[in-house]
Amino acid sequence: MSATETFDAAKVRPLWHRIVVRPETVTLLLLIIAIFVSASLSPFFADLRFVLESATFYIEFGIVALMLTLVVVSGEIDLSVAAMMALSACLFGIAHRAGLGMPLAIIIGLGSGALMGALNGVLVTIFRLPSIIATIGTMTLYRGIAQVIAGDRSVGGFPSWFVGIDFIAVGIVPVPVIIFTILAILLGIVLGGTLFGRQIYQTGTNPVAARHAGIRVGRLKRILFIASGLTSAVAGLLMASRLGVVRYDLATGGELQAVLIVMLGGTYIFGGRGTIAGTFLALWLLIIIQTGMTVANIAIDAQLTVLGLLLILAIISANSIYASGRR
Amino acid sequence: MRKLTLIATAAAIGLMAGAATAQDQVEIVYIPKNTGNPYFDSIIGGFADACAELNCSFTTVAPATAEATSQIPFITAQIQRGVDVIAISPNSPDALNQVFDRARSRGIQVLIVNSDIPGSEAHRDAAILPVDFTTIGPAQVELLGSMINYDGEIAILSATTDAPDQNVWIADMQTVLENDDAYADMDLVTIAYGDDDPQKSTTEAEALLANYPDLAGIISPTTVGVAAAAQVVETAGRAPELQVTGLGTPNQMRRFIENETVQAFQLWSPYNQGLLAAHFAMGVNDGSITNEPGQTFDVPGLGTITIGDDNVILTQDQPTTFDASNIDDFNF
Amino acid sequence: MTALSRLARAREAGLVVMLVILFVVVGAIQPRFLTVGTLDIILLAIPLILVAAMGQMMVIVARHVDLSIGSILGFASIAVGMMFRDVPELPLWLGFVLGIAIGAALGFVNGLIVALFGLPAIIVTLGTLSLYRGLIFILSGGRQVDPNHIPEALIRMAQTSPFGIPWIVIIAFATALLAYVFLRHMRLGREIYAAGSNPDAARLRGIRVNRVTLVVFSISGAMAGLAGLMYAARFGYVNPGITGVGFELTVIAAVVIGGVSINGGIGSVPGVVLGVLLLGSVSVALPILGISGFWQDAIYGAIIVIALIVDGSVRAGGLVRLVTGRGE
Repeated sequence: MSATETFDAAKVRPLWHRIVVRPETVTLLLLIIAIFVSASLSPFFADLRFVLESATFYIEFGIVALMLTLVVVSGEIDLSVAAMMALSACLFGIAHRAGLGMPLAIIIGLGSGALMGALNGVLVTIFRLPSIIATIGTMTLYRGIAQVIAGDRSVGGFPSWFVGIDFIAVGIVPVPVIIFTILAILLGIVLGGTLFGRQIYQTGTNPVAARHAGIRVGRLKRILFIASGLTSAVAGLLMASRLGVVRYDLATGGELQAVLIVMLGGTYIFGGRGTIAGTFLALWLLIIIQTGMTVANIAIDAQLTVLGLLLILAIISANSIYASGRR
Repeated sequence: MRKLTLIATAAAIGLMAGAATAQDQVEIVYIPKNTGNPYFDSIIGGFADACAELNCSFTTVAPATAEATSQIPFITAQIQRGVDVIAISPNSPDALNQVFDRARSRGIQVLIVNSDIPGSEAHRDAAILPVDFTTIGPAQVELLGSMINYDGEIAILSATTDAPDQNVWIADMQTVLENDDAYADMDLVTIAYGDDDPQKSTTEAEALLANYPDLAGIISPTTVGVAAAAQVVETAGRAPELQVTGLGTPNQMRRFIENETVQAFQLWSPYNQGLLAAHFAMGVNDGSITNEPGQTFDVPGLGTITIGDDNVILTQDQPTTFDASNIDDFNF
Repeated sequence: MTALSRLARAREAGLVVMLVILFVVVGAIQPRFLTVGTLDIILLAIPLILVAAMGQMMVIVARHVDLSIGSILGFASIAVGMMFRDVPELPLWLGFVLGIAIGAALGFVNGLIVALFGLPAIIVTLGTLSLYRGLIFILSGGRQVDPNHIPEALIRMAQTSPFGIPWIVIIAFATALLAYVFLRHMRLGREIYAAGSNPDAARLRGIRVNRVTLVVFSISGAMAGLAGLMYAARFGYVNPGITGVGFELTVIAAVVIGGVSINGGIGSVPGVVLGVLLLGSVSVALPILGISGFWQDAIYGAIIVIALIVDGSVRAGGLVRLVTGRGE
């Protein structure tokens, strides 16, 4: 999928090397190992229905991570995704409670996500702030606003058709998993097969050259940030449906999960490289690892340690693979 | 993806055959709000001791944070493990309803321990509460009153503005302060909220001292708040003119009792809650206890327990008061 | 006077004006805010933030960021708290040395990963934020260190000293003074600025940029370790799941408000001290005014975003671009 962006560098490497030595292969390998380790840790793990059911707890971050992949490939990052999930879900819940009706409430939820993403985009492209710090600021701001408007209270009372989307399944595949898969295919096509996707890679590889090539870099990044806000809002609504209530502390720490998924998928933190396929595999890796540890009654302290280590090892390995490819 | 899982399934079949044998013990799991909370360690101790005696298998798992949804993956995993009883101190009164229903539909007993889920009672089998919560408000007011000669300005330092238990207790405190002549000279000047965060609770307590120079007493019906209030009063050197009391654990408050910043505070026995919950779960499981309001059962050391309305079970009637005379008898 | 130092002066003057406005406005609404008692509360609210901000500002000046300080604070305080609990005769000064050393070691690990693999610090420290928190639970077995196991002498440091001002306040300002001298008058301190404003040029001038990276992260960790001891002193207990959680955001807010540029190379100790004072005053003003603590995070977030916008506008004329719509 990412043949275009590694084209020049890859010329010197033999074909087998290009196919095997790439971060996505590492992710796939880890996924296979994780499945076997999880199955041997607990006899209760190897049950496809259970794994898919548990997947719904992480799928929301997976959806966010798909769009985040595009943002990172373009050379930026968005750490406010989890806060945007919470604030848009809270605004949706409060709009519904105020009697605005579900369609309008959903529009408010999605619209607020797009608006928050737009503010991020403006801070990064117009005020020229590094996205890493700008989105830490808006992360605190959005979460704080959610806390002010929703307080410590759960907002619920949604109509029954809205609640429990994770219980609806096609065969044994819950609907959120299907949504995630469809979005992955769509974004995979956008990033890997369209002009816009090529522009994202070029912008991330060398923004100056991209600008000279006639790409409107600022506009492109604003579009990506708005899309990131919008997908965060979608994920927030999915979470609202799964839980039946919304709260200001929804998805706390979710930015770590989302970044972890993108990094595990082999996307290059400095931009220009990465694929949706990698992110797709990485989400399943994360699901298998967390579900495997939880069902094996492994204490949370070990889980936190493993997640932190995994994040660091993932970037180190992706980084060195890209570095060796460049030589 | 599916192909891989099939491979894994094949690999695990051998393991499953081996593990399915030692399943005759009743399996109880307890999920506290979060790890690292000494209060819940006592409940765990009660469960563990009861299970050693009743021959059940007991485990405990918990998330790192007390965030509303953090317990859900743990509950689902326990359903998958096929435990018989899930006892839980829930982080949300309503966000867990869906997963509780899923557990109960598989025949798992769901017990709420330590605080109920108001409005969602239909989603659990029973709730084991530490004490009759209607006694907390009046008992706390009486305790503070006895420390300040029933005279002077008092303030309340609570958890969050929406904490359900605390709000019930505070409403009871306000009622008894207004209606009982014994407390006619006690003047509730404000209610502050420290969000159960040490930093915010400390700043709020300091603001109370600054805003009300004549303050005679603080009631903090939350373990984080009462420790913060005591620390602030000690730092400001305002004891004994300013008395602090509330709900705290003996280990957290021992220092303040020893240095006489705090005369007395109250709580109940989290250990006994675990003990009671395990006995109840086992009784319901083997059919010796019928889980219906009005039924009674015996727990060694706790006497005869009655199941109340809405399947609420109280561990004790009145809160226990801790002071210099008895604090050394408790370690939790 | 160079353009840069003029800019820094302007920022410090602006902060003083903001502080004065805050005190006048809050004092007008609630006169009690302008008493010695309130000043005491503010002074007690800032020591942890102040020492950690000194470390964080060096990291940011060197063009990195350290998100793991909350977990380092927690780890150092739990580790030393457990030593005090298990070895009651442990001298207090040794506790401080150990806490600072543990913090420095964890910070050194951050710096090592960043320098060795050339990775962005924000991702590395996001990882160690989780990793170190996990280690806290493993080390402590998930159990908190109760108040009666924290030495009396340590708790008294948050209450008094022979000079009338609590020891931890004195230590915090002494640390700031040391940081000031280090950054202005020592070669290594000036190298941090050089490495942060232009790493390539710094390398050409013979500055070992990787060494600077290791130094700033170690200092940041050490300061977080010191803040951990101060936490134990001020709050009287240490909890694995609570202590230090979210601390990094407050500290980064203070540093950014204090005028340290996130692009590296710019920032002064007096500015950061003023930034810490401003945040500390806001956090005390809220309860004095009777405003719910729920507002605190939103206000902090707004202050960060506004400070960033001011920063960005000053440097790049961002506001002008926004008005003229020339964003490309």
